[in-house]
Amino acid sequence: MSKNFFKSRTGIITAGTLIGVIAALLQYFGNPKNMGFCIACFERDIAGALGLHRADVVQYIRPEIIGIMVGALLISLIKGEFRPRGGSSTVIRFFLGVFAMIGALVFLGCPWRAFIRLAGGDWNAIMGILGLISGIGIGSYFIKQGYSLGRSHTQGKAAGYIMPGFMTFLLALLVFNFPKLFTSISGPGSMKAPLIISLIAGLIVGGLAQRSRFCTMGSIRDVILVRDFHLISGIGAFTLSVLVMNLILGQFNAGFENQPIAHNLHLWNFLGMMLSGFAFALSGGCPGRQLILSGEGDTDAGVFVLGMIVGAGFSHNFAMASSPKGIGEFGMWGTIIGLVFTFVIAITMTQKRKTA
Amino acid sequence: MKTVDTRGLSCPQPVIMVTREIVGGEKQFEVLVDSEASYENVTRILDNKGYKFSTEEKDDHKIIKAEK
Repeated sequence: MSKNFFKSRTGIITAGTLIGVIAALLQYFGNPKNMGFCIACFERDIAGALGLHRADVVQYIRPEIIGIMVGALLISLIKGEFRPRGGSSTVIRFFLGVFAMIGALVFLGCPWRAFIRLAGGDWNAIMGILGLISGIGIGSYFIKQGYSLGRSHTQGKAAGYIMPGFMTFLLALLVFNFPKLFTSISGPGSMKAPLIISLIAGLIVGGLAQRSRFCTMGSIRDVILVRDFHLISGIGAFTLSVLVMNLILGQFNAGFENQPIAHNLHLWNFLGMMLSGFAFALSGGCPGRQLILSGEGDTDAGVFVLGMIVGAGFSHNFAMASSPKGIGEFGMWGTIIGLVFTFVIAITMTQKRKTA
Repeated sequence: MKTVDTRGLSCPQPVIMVTREIVGGEKQFEVLVDSEASYENVTRILDNKGYKFSTEEKDDHKIIKAEK
């Protein structure tokens, strides 16, 4: 395998296919339906386990999240790509993370899960994906106009190890069964593949995604902005691979009604994901990619991840998160405030470039 | 020669900056990049647009010299 394998078209398609197979298998081994991977949901579960919200059906330290970040750290150390850096509008990134999570929980999934839901026959995902595309489209418009959060700078070694270190600490809490952790005994938080399988799956996906730069937001943005179809071929392969695996494992169930951990309020599926997609575009990566970047030493991405975890706390504490019964009492408000915030950031951080 | 400094900027900004030079008809320029992902993205677009390039490794960044 050449040095550049995962950077080639075949490479990104291979990575997407493998990540898809692993996602479907995780469901087979016990993860919630259509949730082999869901970075937003899993970070929300972690927020719950830490007591940042008290929705007792979604509390579990998900080893997949830890594995993805640590896997990216290990492979970037091996490949000499680990580079502690940060300082590019950090606090803005924190709040983009907060609102990205609020939007994702109105829809009930991150972009990875949107494609997994689609591949599981949950047609409600279509509205989510359309929302995602529009959010990224709006973000891309501002990027084209000169939107930027500014340059990051090299930071000390320790800075780069904080997030992977925090994740490893969470793993220790889980492994040693720290008695103060909040743990779901029913609901999605109680549905999980065995710890070791989840962890290894995360490590492999982290490695694959680091090498191939797998990113759902980036794939759509590159098509809109520069007509580059490289990344999206990976996302296509990913979706197809989950679909094929679901058919093999008998996990495919088509329709709008009674889909697992989903609701069919089309407008809010659309708007929730639009908010998320917009926030991801402004911060440079989907939640999965932010985990990978954190593993590579990008502390700005690390702050975005922390923003998402805190956002999950707000989302459940203040009844903004949806459930299979529909959107939360204040989900509408969370989405609207989030959209106002992201538009203000996009407009104020866009500097008209000087025409030479 | 024109220099496009993309250090510290995250994708897609390096790609957009380079695309501007390409669209502007610049035949020869150099690009400073400091992340592998940006390096791959920038060289991919140069490749697609028929530019030849060479890479010089520095301590904490790379210089891509592009020419058409």
